[in-house]
Amino acid sequence: MSQLDELYREVILDHYRNPRRRGNIGGDHIHAEGNNPSCGDELAIDIVIEDGIVVDAAMQGQGCSISQASGSMMMEAIVGRSVKEVTTLARKFKVMMTIEEGEDPLDAEHPGAVLGDLEALQGVRQFPVRIKCADLAWTTLEDALAKATAASA
Amino acid sequence: MKDLRSCRADFPILEREVNGHPLIYLDSAATTQKPQSVLDAMTAYYENHNANVHRGAHTLAAEATAAFEEARSKVARFIGTSPSQLAFSRGATTSINHIAYGWGLNHLEPGDRIVVTIAEHHANIVPWQLITRYTGAELVYLELDDDLIVDTTDLDSVLDARVKIIAFSGMSNVTGAIGPVAALTEAANSVGAITVLDGAQLVPHAPVRVEDLGVDFMAFSSHKMLGPTGIGALWGRPDRLEEMEPTEGGGEMINVVERLTSTWAPVPHKFEAGTPPIAEAVGFAAAVDYLEAIGMDVVEAHERAITSYALERLSEIPDLVVYGPKDISKRGGAVSFSLADIHPHDLATILDQDGIAIRAGHHCARPLMQYLDLSATARASFYLYNIPEEIDALVVSLLKARKIFGLA
Repeated sequence: MSQLDELYREVILDHYRNPRRRGNIGGDHIHAEGNNPSCGDELAIDIVIEDGIVVDAAMQGQGCSISQASGSMMMEAIVGRSVKEVTTLARKFKVMMTIEEGEDPLDAEHPGAVLGDLEALQGVRQFPVRIKCADLAWTTLEDALAKATAASA
Repeated sequence: MKDLRSCRADFPILEREVNGHPLIYLDSAATTQKPQSVLDAMTAYYENHNANVHRGAHTLAAEATAAFEEARSKVARFIGTSPSQLAFSRGATTSINHIAYGWGLNHLEPGDRIVVTIAEHHANIVPWQLITRYTGAELVYLELDDDLIVDTTDLDSVLDARVKIIAFSGMSNVTGAIGPVAALTEAANSVGAITVLDGAQLVPHAPVRVEDLGVDFMAFSSHKMLGPTGIGALWGRPDRLEEMEPTEGGGEMINVVERLTSTWAPVPHKFEAGTPPIAEAVGFAAAVDYLEAIGMDVVEAHERAITSYALERLSEIPDLVVYGPKDISKRGGAVSFSLADIHPHDLATILDQDGIAIRAGHHCARPLMQYLDLSATARASFYLYNIPEEIDALVVSLLKARKIFGLA
């Protein structure tokens, strides 16, 4: 596969064109916004946490296929998971975007957090200027989780 | 098309490859590439004449000062003005900030209005936003017509005695549209407002006799016209420059410094605090020499031809939309476009794999993007070194992008 085919895998284009959990949440929720000022990607997420579990999530925003697909895949990955698992997943995702292929230093540490479909975004690593696009949703999620922690403290 | 092909050999960077392909540089609206003569002039300055300017009596100091002031004269002559009306700055952005703080701060009162157009670069919006915070003046926008040219049909309804400053660009960095300089200066005169022309895109791409334009101030940058980064110019009418306060204090900009007060050096030196970018001024002058040797009328004609060709070829691509005037006499060589639902960043990445450099994003013009209901566009922009074969390669890569995104 060429580097471009690695980057624009079918699953990524599918999430870009058919984003999952697009929209707003009506009731009580935590809201966080993120953007990349240099390129204009914008993204906002709503999440609902009950008893330490992410029970609902939704995303709004606009941007490139990588930022929006990453967010859409993240939406699917986090609902039904505990805050602890989601926190680990976010960390693991960001590590995936920075490490060389083949390494996986967090596997031993956090065996439960499986990236699954998200691994399709590994192709982004070959395009360093695009890593921030893939990271945007996760940085926004971390912001939301920090707000949740602050609210419950 | 007057063939400027031979000038490509003057630009060393055009020989390099990117991702295994010859570089095709279509991002000159962001910054231009530099001819060898500019690089050589700066090196020669450091190798032979380097010293601080306007201080010291030794030979090198005198040579450096002469080189710096000669650069000022050349840049001034390039825009048809006197060196006494041209201050060096860090670039167009800094020049506009000087005007905003140096003139705006002591001439604006609560309720006064600053008028800009919705097509401005952030450099001609944000300084004015800052000034409204200090003065209580309001920022008001002019809108665009269907061709995305500043709409001047109903200026009377926007402009009245409250308007003190009208700031607008001579050529949009997004749409390429040429600014309605005559209409806006006339309107400004009728209400007693001053005009600030952002010449960052205009000066590099068209012959400019600034004193014929009727504006009060103009800002432009070296790096967008073959010169180095870190230097630009502020031009003003003599009376406006006198009315303007310095915005930075330090060495070189003073006459006499007492314990509590100081007096200023004459215009333009009062706007040049601290050691200026001397080698950059020398490089800026070499860039001006290069452009004058070709002739700005030739540069303009070449860009019109290459832009016409690009607009024609781009129109062959299904689902491609160009944002800006179609009439070549109303525009410069910055061509913004979108292609189906392929995001501009994705286009830029795909093109980069073929060695083609374009810009993607909001182009430092977010209010314009919102006005157009877009989050970003792709932009190809041209200069004297671009050739039709590069447009052909752009078209091939854009068709490839369609394929990658599953569009026939």
